[in-house]
Amino acid sequence: MKSNRPVNLDISTIKLPITAIVSILHRLSGVFLFAGTAVLLWLLAASLRSEESFIALQESLSAPLIKFVVWAVLATLAYHAVMGVRHLLMDCGLGESLKGGRIGAWVALAVAVVLIILAGVWVW
Amino acid sequence: MVTAVTSFGRSGLYDWLVQRVSAVAMAAYTLFIVFYLLLNPGMEYAQWQTLFSQLWVRIFTLITLVSVIAHAWIGLWAVLTDYLTERMMGSKAVVLRLIAQVILAVVAVTYAVWGIEIIWGI
Repeated sequence: MKSNRPVNLDISTIKLPITAIVSILHRLSGVFLFAGTAVLLWLLAASLRSEESFIALQESLSAPLIKFVVWAVLATLAYHAVMGVRHLLMDCGLGESLKGGRIGAWVALAVAVVLIILAGVWVW
Repeated sequence: MVTAVTSFGRSGLYDWLVQRVSAVAMAAYTLFIVFYLLLNPGMEYAQWQTLFSQLWVRIFTLITLVSVIAHAWIGLWAVLTDYLTERMMGSKAVVLRLIAQVILAVVAVTYAVWGIEIIWGI
């Protein structure tokens, strides 16, 4: 294989279809979640350490900045999980055609947006 | 450039399967925790602590933690081998990627030890 074959992956010159947009966001959300895992572990640690720590956590969760960080992690988790379920359904042969893939991407995006809003309602 | 040497299972098919099995485990755990919290509003510490002192909850948590690490390694390997390449980063790409993967490994081990401390320290 020639290693100097021409490649065009300049995103700014390519019109991304919906399937590509949900795919790149799935990647980005995955990278973000690896860092977000620290937030989830911190929540678990603070909630289980002691009764005082549990109550202190409830108080810190009323701070707007902490609410936003927790919501951002939950929103990313919701998006990544919904797109993951889409992958599993496609592995089972559902929505594998071009049209099916596009419809699946829109449906998954709609479900993710609803869950992200619900996560916001839950946190606030 | 050979990239498989730093993949999770040294086999694309194996990584593909681990990615899906770990995803199902994490999804099940997420639903379990979210619904437990939704169904128990205004929960006290004692109830939460009792939940996590049960062996099956600790095992479920540990399985999820191991799944996070395997899943993240496979996913981030795919991202790093796509972007930290010689075409995009020049001749230092492999060194950059190995440094990034060592950092990821350190974070993954930290998460594992931290998580075990949390669930077995209560």
